[in-house]
Amino acid sequence: MSALVPTDLAALTVESAPVAMQQGAWERVRRNLSVRIGGFMLALLVMIALVAPWLGTVDPTLFDPASRDLLPGRTGEITTLEGETREHRFLMGSDSFGRDIYSRVLYGTQVSLIVGVCTAIVAMAAGIALGLFAGTFRAADGVLMRVMDGVMAIPAILIAIALVAMWRGSLLTVVVAIAIPEIPRVTRLVRSLVLSIREEPYVEAAVSLGTPRWRIMLRHILPNTVAPLVVQATFICAAGILTESILSFLGVGLPPDIPTWGNVMAEGRAQFNEYPHNIFFPGLFLALTVLAVNMLGDGLRDTLDPKLAKRI
Amino acid sequence: MSAPILELHDLTIALPPGGERPHAVRNVSFAVAGGEVVCLVGESGSGKSVIAQAVMGLLPKALPVEGGRIVLQGEDITHASAARLRELRATRMSMVFQEPMTALNPVMTCGDQIDEVLRRHTALSSAERRAKVHGIVREVLLPDPERIVESYPHQLSGGQRQRIVIAMALVLDPVLLIADEPTTALDVTTQAQILKLVLELQQRRGAGVLFITHDFGVVAEVAHRVAVLRTGELVELGAKHAVLQRPQHGYTRMLIASVPTLQLKERASDPNAPLVLQVKSLDKTYRDRRFLGKRRSVHAAQDVNLEIRRGQTLGIVGESGSGKSTVARCIVRLIDPSGGSVLLGAGRDDIALMSHRALRPLRRRVQIVFQDPYRSLNPRRTVAQALIEGPVNYGLSTEEAMQRARRLLELVRMDAGAMERYPHQFSGGQRQRICIARALMMEPELLIADEAVSALDVSVQAQVLALFEEIRARLDLAMLFITHDLRVASQVCDQLAVMSGGRIVEYGPAHQVFGAPQHAYTRALFAAAPGRGYAFGTA
Repeated sequence: MSALVPTDLAALTVESAPVAMQQGAWERVRRNLSVRIGGFMLALLVMIALVAPWLGTVDPTLFDPASRDLLPGRTGEITTLEGETREHRFLMGSDSFGRDIYSRVLYGTQVSLIVGVCTAIVAMAAGIALGLFAGTFRAADGVLMRVMDGVMAIPAILIAIALVAMWRGSLLTVVVAIAIPEIPRVTRLVRSLVLSIREEPYVEAAVSLGTPRWRIMLRHILPNTVAPLVVQATFICAAGILTESILSFLGVGLPPDIPTWGNVMAEGRAQFNEYPHNIFFPGLFLALTVLAVNMLGDGLRDTLDPKLAKRI
Repeated sequence: MSAPILELHDLTIALPPGGERPHAVRNVSFAVAGGEVVCLVGESGSGKSVIAQAVMGLLPKALPVEGGRIVLQGEDITHASAARLRELRATRMSMVFQEPMTALNPVMTCGDQIDEVLRRHTALSSAERRAKVHGIVREVLLPDPERIVESYPHQLSGGQRQRIVIAMALVLDPVLLIADEPTTALDVTTQAQILKLVLELQQRRGAGVLFITHDFGVVAEVAHRVAVLRTGELVELGAKHAVLQRPQHGYTRMLIASVPTLQLKERASDPNAPLVLQVKSLDKTYRDRRFLGKRRSVHAAQDVNLEIRRGQTLGIVGESGSGKSTVARCIVRLIDPSGGSVLLGAGRDDIALMSHRALRPLRRRVQIVFQDPYRSLNPRRTVAQALIEGPVNYGLSTEEAMQRARRLLELVRMDAGAMERYPHQFSGGQRQRICIARALMMEPELLIADEAVSALDVSVQAQVLALFEEIRARLDLAMLFITHDLRVASQVCDQLAVMSGGRIVEYGPAHQVFGAPQHAYTRALFAAAPGRGYAFGTA
């Protein structure tokens, strides 16, 4: 008997049938309820930010002393930059300078989304670079990670306040100031992913195929960290939006003339008892935006990275 | 045989919609009598474990019982309540799992875990329970029961842990024991002891055993009757000798024909062929340098000497932790040896302690195929990308590499259409073929197979083994074949090295090592091989 090639093997090859196609990752993502709801809300907010000028808004910096402290829905006057006075319906009321809160909140969506996305990009870029470095060079690992631990020990908002105070409030400085405290978290995640992926047999196979170290990093390790990183990026985005509002509210963020939700709320704070709408509407938008991004992130985590979902 | 303890009547269990087949198990009927061992055999995905879970009432919600009945001692438990099932488990039926480390709670002592079973199901006083725990621990032949009872699972060896799991299962004298691949995670010598123990305890108690396994050697050792499952359907059921020696169904015949025999094949090899690899006193020591602590060192490999000539296959066999993979990884230089030399080819380049830069041009001459086909291919790269990566690294143009890739896919019996697909679209055996093709793309002089067929089902294993043989012969390659499975080793090796504790304890021509083993460890290893001396037949 030939033990190696049984005669009727060909007729019964168990393995010749292709394995049923795995359900694609994107298919699963699309069908996830929180991804759908979060994605829909976020898409709506992006639309609002893009078409803000055509949604019945006026220039958010315009003010009119005659229209101070109007309640939502009231009609009043507003003076354009050209000195022309126009009738305007204040859908969300006006603040103590007579500025239209509706216009300021809608334009504020632009600022918040830009800050959120840019923060995520900056934090991810720096974190990925540092994480790859720490995961590859064992000598640098110890020192770099202790520095990261040190940064993590300081509350994020304190670092951001200190950094903005050192520089000057502008979009760039605020984004960088918010991103820096997030970098250690990304670095840790990337480093741990690199450390586990580089033990995978396919990476060892690449080593024996003579693939240079940097190419293994870019070709075999980095692409396999994408799923958990996308998830992490959404959470940083939400945190960035929130932190920017906090900074503006405390008066250490973007200059008060830029319409951000935090700035609107900061100005409404003094009159909160009489005119709660000054804080209510920007607060509502802030809450909905952060909720949308977090829902999207949760859904992505559940579908792209089930292991992470169990860990948290 | 006495009255049946467990009966399955037309058991049908559904799979979630959208799967590869509608039923996990379809119309399966068989019975287990008291004092009888029924082996349920089948390849991965055949539904063996699903049947075990169904009997224990442990099926996940996604797999509902659609039809049929499960009867335990006359009581229909197919749709028994959770409370009733809880009463039955441990008292009337119990289960031993594959992986004892995960079956035990890591934060409870072994004694407490056995005691918990007694507390749940009996009204014994704590002194009585204590006596019973010690009794059962002694009965599963654990030395020093006082210490074992106080130990946590991680303080015991794999075999000892499995004995604890068996003690837990048997402490209340159940009439039915379900063993789901109980020895698959264990080394062969430990496996032999555990199999003997299970049989002894079962005979002493007259319990029925449903023994699930994929290993026909184990079947030959333990079974009274054998049930063969294929994709959820029972294809053959009968007494052990009838099924193993005169299988009726084509599938059973194919499975049994695929079981590698322990008989050595006659092989012609040229003893004067040029040396491809010479390993001289190779050492690998892991040092654990603790801050202000004492140094510990582990000798993973010590004074290893090997030679492989062109066209020859050298097998390294040994149990887990014997250092066989360490040797392979030192030769490929995935890890750096601590000492010794690895001389490659006619030029006798010593790559053991060479710098990575100097090593790079030499890497293509040694290639390796790993154990786990699911992790050996980058999930995000197509087969074509995986195949051409190596040659392109060494300056071959993409077109030429693609041509070579197509040729090699044909050699490993894969369709050229595989090129543009991703690894997850292939089965384990197909992936292993792709990995072999990837290694051959480099036109190596030495091919290392590190447990390359261990994760495969027996029929696929036979095909991949045949492929290795064919490639070695056609390309006149030198091969280093690392395996824990003596049957596999006996099929492909010209030379054999037996490793234990990081050292080679026996080394010589395969027929000599198999025919007249000199070292006590080699003899123990051979004696432990399950189903040794059993004549499988396909007549």
